[in-house]
Amino acid sequence: MVAGFLEPLLADGVARQGSQSGWLAQVRTRALEQLIRDGLPGPRNEAWKYTSLRAIGQRRYARSDPAAATRPIDANLLDLPGVEGPRLVFVNGGFRADLSIIADVPGMELRSLSDVLEAEPDSLREFLSRSFDNAEDAFARLNTVLASDGVVIRVAAGARIVPPVHLVIAGAVAEKELAWQLRCIFDIGEGAALRLVEHHVGENGHGHFGNVLSQLALRANARLDLLQVQNGAETASLTRRTEALLDAGAHLEMRSIEVGAQWMRHDLAVRLNGDRSRFVSRGVFALRGRQHADTRLDIRHSARDTACDIVWRGVADQRARGVFHGAITVESGADGSDAQLSNKNLLLSDQAEIDTQPVLEIHADEVKAAHGATVGQLDEGALFYLRSRGIGPAQARSLLTLAFCRVAFDSIENGVLREYLDALMLERLPQAADGDSQTKSSQ
Amino acid sequence: MLTIDNLHVRVAGKDILKGLSLKVNAGEVHAIMGPNGAGKSTLGNVLAGREGYEVTQGSVVWNGKDLLELEPEERAAEGVFLAFQYPVEIPGVNNTYFLRAALNAQRKRRGEAELDSMQFLKRVREKLAVLHLKDELLHRAVNEGFSGGEKKRNEIFQMALLEPKLAILDETDSGLDIDALKMVADGVNAMRDPARAFVVITHYQRLLDYIVPDFVHVLADGRIVESGDKSLALKLEEHGYSWIAERKLAGAA
Repeated sequence: MVAGFLEPLLADGVARQGSQSGWLAQVRTRALEQLIRDGLPGPRNEAWKYTSLRAIGQRRYARSDPAAATRPIDANLLDLPGVEGPRLVFVNGGFRADLSIIADVPGMELRSLSDVLEAEPDSLREFLSRSFDNAEDAFARLNTVLASDGVVIRVAAGARIVPPVHLVIAGAVAEKELAWQLRCIFDIGEGAALRLVEHHVGENGHGHFGNVLSQLALRANARLDLLQVQNGAETASLTRRTEALLDAGAHLEMRSIEVGAQWMRHDLAVRLNGDRSRFVSRGVFALRGRQHADTRLDIRHSARDTACDIVWRGVADQRARGVFHGAITVESGADGSDAQLSNKNLLLSDQAEIDTQPVLEIHADEVKAAHGATVGQLDEGALFYLRSRGIGPAQARSLLTLAFCRVAFDSIENGVLREYLDALMLERLPQAADGDSQTKSSQ
Repeated sequence: MLTIDNLHVRVAGKDILKGLSLKVNAGEVHAIMGPNGAGKSTLGNVLAGREGYEVTQGSVVWNGKDLLELEPEERAAEGVFLAFQYPVEIPGVNNTYFLRAALNAQRKRRGEAELDSMQFLKRVREKLAVLHLKDELLHRAVNEGFSGGEKKRNEIFQMALLEPKLAILDETDSGLDIDALKMVADGVNAMRDPARAFVVITHYQRLLDYIVPDFVHVLADGRIVESGDKSLALKLEEHGYSWIAERKLAGAA
C-alpha cells in the first residue's frame, strides 16, 4: 500500500505509452513492485540524511498535464545567450515539437524517447533495462515506472558534432500541480564528441515536481562537454539522477550551475569504467530564501589510470540550506588513479546552513587522491582591501561572492554564455539595490 | 591638510599609539621611521579605516573633515589612499574590472561622471607607461600569484590610477630588490605634486635615497619622538634606533 505522494502517481500502474516490449514491461513492473514495497526513503536512510522527504511525501501531484502539448510559455525563458544549435524543449514533461529546433546534423540522431519507444524500443535495451535495487533510489524507480518521454541522442562513432545541443526542460503554470518524469539517453560513439546544455527553466508560481533520469554512455575515446544550468522556478521541486559510464580514454567535462527550484536534489553517479577515462566537474550552487539544494556525487574509479577532478562551490544566504556529498571510490585494480575533490562554501547569513561531506574510499595501489571541504564567510581582509579603494561594502561583497562562484564556469570559452552566467549569478547573489546605501559598520 | 592630534589607538586591548601628533601639508613628503612594534602600520591602518582599531583619544582632521567618522570607501573618495604592506590576493576578480569599479565608485561618490571603458583604458595605458608595467598585469586576478615585487608595484599602479590627495605608503619597500625599489620610487616621484601629500612609512632609510622626504619623523612607543629633515634618516641609519632612545634618556636626566 502506498499513501501520500506515491498514491496518485501509481494508481494506474506502469506507463502504457509505446509498444510495450516484454523486457520493458518487466523492468517497469519490477520497479513498481519495489516502489510499493519500499515507498520513499525515510530520515534514517543515509543518502537522505540532510534532505527530508517528509513534506514532499505528504503532497499529492497529478501524474501528467493533459495540456502539456499546447501550454503557452514565455519564449524568452527558453533562450540561452551564446547557445545556438539544435534545441529540444519539454514543457511540463511533454515534448514540444513546436518550440524545438530540430536540425539535421550529420552523425547525430536526435529524437524524442516516445518516438524511439514506438519504433524500436529494443535499441534502448542497454539503457532502459537498468534497475534500481537500492531503496534510496526511489525517484529513479518512479521514473522507470512512469517516464514515457524524454530525449534520445546518439552520436555515431568518430562524429564530432560542432553546434551545441540545447535541451530545455521547462515548467509552466497549470491547473494542477504535477509530478512529471523525463528519461534522457545520450550515447556518444567511439571517438565522437558532443557539447550538450541541459537547461532547466520555469515560470514562477508553479509548484511542480520534476523528475529527470539521464544516462550518459561515453564509448572509447568519446568526449562529452555537458553544461547544466538549473534555473528552475523558485516555487518548484526538482530531482535528477545523472548516470555516466565512461569507456577507455573517454572524457566527460561537466559544468553545473544550480540556482533555481525551491527544493532540489541531484544525484550524479559517474563510473570510470575504461582505462584512462577522465571526469572533470566544476559546479556551484547559490541559494537564497528558503531554497534547499542537495548535490550528491558518487564517482567510481573501476579501471587503471583513471582521473577525476572535481571543484564545487556553494553559497547560501538568508534561510537557505545547501548539502554537498562528494564520494569517490577507487576500486580494487584501479591502480594509478588520480582523484581530486575540493568543495568550498560560503555562508552569507547566520540562518543559512551548508553541510558538506567528502568521502574517499581507496581499494587500489599507487593512487593519488586529495579531498577537502570548507565552510566559511567572506574574507574580511579582502573586503577591507576593496573598500579602501572606494568600493562600497555591498558592491564589495557581491564582487567577492561572484568571484568565489566563478570557479564553476570561468573556463567556459564561449564569452557570451560566460557573461550571461555571470549576470545570472550576480542576480541571485545578495546585493543592495543602490551601491551607496549601505549600513554603517562599526569601526 | 592632514592634522593628527594626540591620537591614541588601541588594538586587541593593547595601547599602540599613545598620543601621536602630526601635521602634513599639501605637496609635502613625510617619512615615518621607527623600530618594529612602534605603531607605524597601526597609523596607516587607522587612517585608512580598517576595523579593529579603537581610537580612545585624539582626532584626525582631513581637509576640514573628521576623518575617523568616515567609512573606508568614503575616505578613498575623499582622496586618502593606503598602499598596503601586505596587498590582498583576490582570486576571480579581474584587476582591470576591480580598478574601474574602484575609480568609478569614487567618482560617483564625488558627484563626478563615471568613466566608460574606452576612457578608462586610455587612462590605464598612460599610467602603465609611466610605471613601466606590462599589460599582462591587467588581465590577471587582483594580486593573485603576483610576486612580492609585483604586488607592491600593483599598489603604486593603483595609486597612480586613483590619483589620491594623500598617499600613505606602508612599508612599500619591504621585500623589494633594488630594481623594484627604484621602480616604486619612480612611480611615487612622478606623482609628486603641489596638491598631493605623501606619508612614507618605512623601517629602513634605503627607500629615502630615492624618495627624498621633506620631513622625517621617528615613531617610537606610540608617539613621534623626533622630527627633522632628511638628515635625520641618515643619522638613524648610522646610529640605529637605540640612539634616539639614549638621547631621550640623556634629555630626561
